[in-house]
Order: sequence, then C-alpha cells, then structure tokens
Amino acid sequence: MSVLTSNILVPHGREEAWRFTPLNRLKGLHDGSAATATHRSLSLNSSPVSGVTFERVSRELLPSLGATDDAIMNRVRELSSDVAVLKVAANTEVSEPIHLTRKSFDLASAEYSRVLIHVGSNARATVIASNTGDTLLAEDIEFKVESGASLTFVTLQEWDSQTVHVAKHHAIVDKDAVFKSITVTIGGSVVRLLPTVEFTGSGADAQLLGVYFATSGQFFEHRIFVDHCVPQAKSRVNYKGALSGDKAHTVWIGDVFIRANAEGTDTYELNRNLLLTDGARADSVPNLEIETGEIVGAGHASTTGRFDDEQLFYLMSRGISIEDARRLVVRGFFSEIINEISDSEVQERLMNRIDSELIKVGA
Amino acid sequence: MSTLEIRNLQVSVDTENGAVEILKGVDLTIKSGETHAIMGPNGSGKSTLAYSIAGHPKYTITGGSVTLDGADVLDMSVDERAKAGLFLAMQYPVEVPGVSVSNFLRTAATALRGEAPKLRTWVSEVKDAMDALSIDPSFAQRNVNEGFSGGEKKRHEIMQLELLKPKIAILDETDSGLDVDALRIVSEGVNRAKDANNLGVLLITHYTRILRYIKPDFVHVFANGKVVEEGGPELADKLEAQGYAEYVGN
Repeated sequence: MSVLTSNILVPHGREEAWRFTPLNRLKGLHDGSAATATHRSLSLNSSPVSGVTFERVSRELLPSLGATDDAIMNRVRELSSDVAVLKVAANTEVSEPIHLTRKSFDLASAEYSRVLIHVGSNARATVIASNTGDTLLAEDIEFKVESGASLTFVTLQEWDSQTVHVAKHHAIVDKDAVFKSITVTIGGSVVRLLPTVEFTGSGADAQLLGVYFATSGQFFEHRIFVDHCVPQAKSRVNYKGALSGDKAHTVWIGDVFIRANAEGTDTYELNRNLLLTDGARADSVPNLEIETGEIVGAGHASTTGRFDDEQLFYLMSRGISIEDARRLVVRGFFSEIINEISDSEVQERLMNRIDSELIKVGA
Repeated sequence: MSTLEIRNLQVSVDTENGAVEILKGVDLTIKSGETHAIMGPNGSGKSTLAYSIAGHPKYTITGGSVTLDGADVLDMSVDERAKAGLFLAMQYPVEVPGVSVSNFLRTAATALRGEAPKLRTWVSEVKDAMDALSIDPSFAQRNVNEGFSGGEKKRHEIMQLELLKPKIAILDETDSGLDVDALRIVSEGVNRAKDANNLGVLLITHYTRILRYIKPDFVHVFANGKVVEEGGPELADKLEAQGYAEYVGN
C-alpha cells in the first residue's frame, strides 16, 4: 500500500493542466488512492551492445529531481524506489534500434516507474519503447542528450483497451544535440502523455512527431511543452490524429515558450486532426509565448477536418470501395509520421493495427 | 460491345441560393469504338455532365436516366460505376497525400479485376504504361497527384485509362494546360486505349486542337445545359471558324 509522506496537491479538474482529463477514469493515480504495485514492467529486449547498459539504480544514487507541477509525476518521484537507467556511452554509435518493452500487469495496482535514458556526448542511438497489454502505469521518463549527441525515441502505446497510462517524457537537450521523438498512441482507455523539452545549449534541435488514433470511449491526451531557454535552438512539433466513434476524445496542447534570451530560435508546431465519424471530439490548442523578437521564426497551425469528399470520390472513381478508400486516406494521413520510424516491421505492425481499428469501428 | 445511353438527363447543384439546374435534358448515346466530342463554351455544363455520370456527390440528378448496357448507372455507387466499365479522366485530378501512385494503381486494379494482379506481370505492365507516356519511373513512389505539374496529372490520368481498361471513358478537358508535346503524348495514349480495348470515348473539350490527334466520329455542341447541335467531324471545323457565339444567344 502506498503511504504518502508529502503533501501532493490533488487535481480537481478545474486546473488548466487537467481541464480535459477525465480524473474519474485515472483509477486513483492522481489522488493516491491506487494501490502501489511492486513489479517492474520495463525490460530491455535487445542483444547486448558495447557501450549500452541497462540497469536499475537506487534513486539515492541519482541526483534527485525536484518537484514538478504535475501531481502524478510528483507521486512517481516519491514512490519509485529505483530508476531504470539506459545509458549509451559517449561517442558510441548504436546502429540497430534498442528495444524496450512493457507488457501487461494486473490492473488492481499502479506501477510508478522512473526511467532515465542518457546518451553521452557525440553518441547516436535509436530507442524503440513498445507498450502492450493492459496496465495501470505512471511513468516519468527523463532523457539526457549530451552535447553533439543524437537520440531518436520511438514510443508506441499499443495498449489493450483497459490501460490507464500517464507519463512525462522530459528531454534535456544540450549543445548541438538532436532529440527526435515519435510518439504513437493507438491503444488504451486513458493515455495522457506530457512530452517536454528543455534546451541547455545553443544549436540544440528537437523534433517531436506523433500520431494518435482514438476510437469510441478512448481518451488520448498529448500535452507538449518546448522551453526555448537558450539562444539558437530549433524545434519542430508535428502531431496527427484521427478519431472515430462515439465519445472518442483527443487533446493536443502545444505550448512553446521563447524566453527573452532565446535569440535565434526557430520553431514551428503543427497539429492536424481527422474526424472520421460524428460523436468524436478533438481538442487542439497551440500556444506560443514569445519574449524576444530576435528569432528566425515561430509559428503554429492547427486543423481539424473530416474526410475530404474529393479524395474519396477520386479513389472510388477508380473502382476502390468506400472502405478501402477511407483506409488508404487514413494510412496516407499517418504515413508522413509512421514512415519516420526506421524499422519497417514496426511500421507495418502499426499500420495493420490502424487498419484493424478502422475495421472495428466500421468507418 | 457496350452502349452508354444518356436520356433526358437533368442535374442540379445546391448553392447558397438554393438548387440551380445545370443540365436541362441531355441525350447522348456512346458505343464501344466510337469517339464523341462534346464542345461548348465555359459554363455550359460539360463538366457537370462528366461528374454526374461518374457519380460525384455534389450533383443531384433531378430527371432522366443513364444506363450502361441496360444497367441503371444512376443507381450505382461511384466504385460500382467504375467496376461496370466507366472511367472519368478528370480536369483537376485530386491529390491524395501519403498514398503512392504504385499503391493506388494496384489497389484500383485489384478492385476492378476482382483479384490482385500477379506481382511480376503487374510491375512490367505498369512500367510499360509509364514508358509509353514518357513518365519517369520515380513517379511510382510519389504521392498521388501531389506536387504533379499540370502535364504530369494528365499523363497520370491517361496511364490509369490504359491500365484499368474501361469500356467507356469520359475525358474532361484532358487537353487543358498541355503544351504541344504533352498533348501529342496524351492523345497517343487515348488512341492506344481505343485500339486495344475498343474503347468508347466521350471527349469534353473547349478547343478543337485535341481533335487533330483524337479523331471524333461525332461532334455535339453543348450550350446552356443541353446538346444544341450535332454532326460529324466537320462541325468542329465550323466551330473553329465561327466560335460558340451563335449557340449562346449573344
């Protein structure tokens, strides 16, 4: 059982950060009423590579993270006794993707999990994290991408229908380093992800890409924050979502903050949503706060639309059935992002899952 | 031998000011192997005729009939019309982001033939069709119509015509926006499809120049939503000389 020793403010739903989230479906992650699980579901699923280590480190041995403004993340930091640390040594080039997996555990207790992915200076790696099955999970992932390093992080929420998953993905990107994330959310009951980026050196580059597909009753929230707190950093955000069926609900928040000292910032964020049926709801809120005019560029765009009748007509006029035409259009819509995943097996698996979700809802 | 029969076709389109009648009773009969040119001024309803036959949802059929070998075309969904043997080469082909030409063509061929074409023969079939229209092989990996030039879009339409082998094709201003070389290449493609499949063609155009490459058996002058004069190829020469003024009443 969890015993809370500190006073974590419990969100009530009126707070800006929680106003879309269905708190009553979080199974007690937010208010501490969930029982604390003892299992550790994260495992390394790749053959050993020189320069890459994966171990559990007692949290006392790691610099303690301060409090966040997120109640669930504060709970993770308080309740997780150890941290799963994936480390890529400096100057190491890992050619094959490193696979991390999480699988089902029972839904009766909550796993609070801290993860650190640390890529040393001038190292290069791709990490693919696959999440499957049903679970109740609060995770706090921190990425440290040291100077000149490059990390591509692919996170696949391929959960079954009962999962409640809340996570912060916080990237600290140093001088001339590149952090690229591809976030895919196509399974689960409630998934709330907080991808955040903090630059610590000029010349840093962050690309946050994502796709999500929510069907009846699913709630998927992606709440992004890019903090341009150094000069000459670049960020690109591009999330694409599709929704189908009654009470499918997605939320995309894109906050970009360009601080007064962040001269030379170059940022653009984009969110596009495709509503496949009536009864679904896509909230899309881009926010850009700019404290300096000395920048290269800053912009955002958000669109939410339905199937393009002209596209469907064109495809059908070549004999393609309405179902196949829709499938082609949805696949095409997502392919821009999915094709960025450097593993064709994963690409195909995701597209097949999207197809089967489409068939399920009869869109 | 196929026959497309259009009888007293009346079509309206919804606008902010209510339904507006565009086609006011069109009669046409197109048989396999025949080429019919429909010529008329802008705004006469030529494209509406093309899209109505193909089943575009924007148009409402208010009267008349369209049959292909006796089957009621107006009762068919858009894909069923294609499966029945109709093809529309569009004036403004639509971009489909993220869908490659090769995937699109194979999906269409699979739908129309009832089974997936054998990969080996299919690859050479597509290559031959592309070569014949001087289309670069890299085209197959591009997204459908995305970033295509006007000429590339038209060649892509005619490539589909050759690969999908319809019985009756409607070509909606296929000549618009083409330079002389592209017009010749595209016209040769139409003529190959005619010869190979005894294709019936309904060729919609504003200008006579494409008729130098694709010879019509019949010419129909279209004005104000209906056919106002019919004749042989010589009628096109008269239009070339005199324009449409006498048909539009000004």
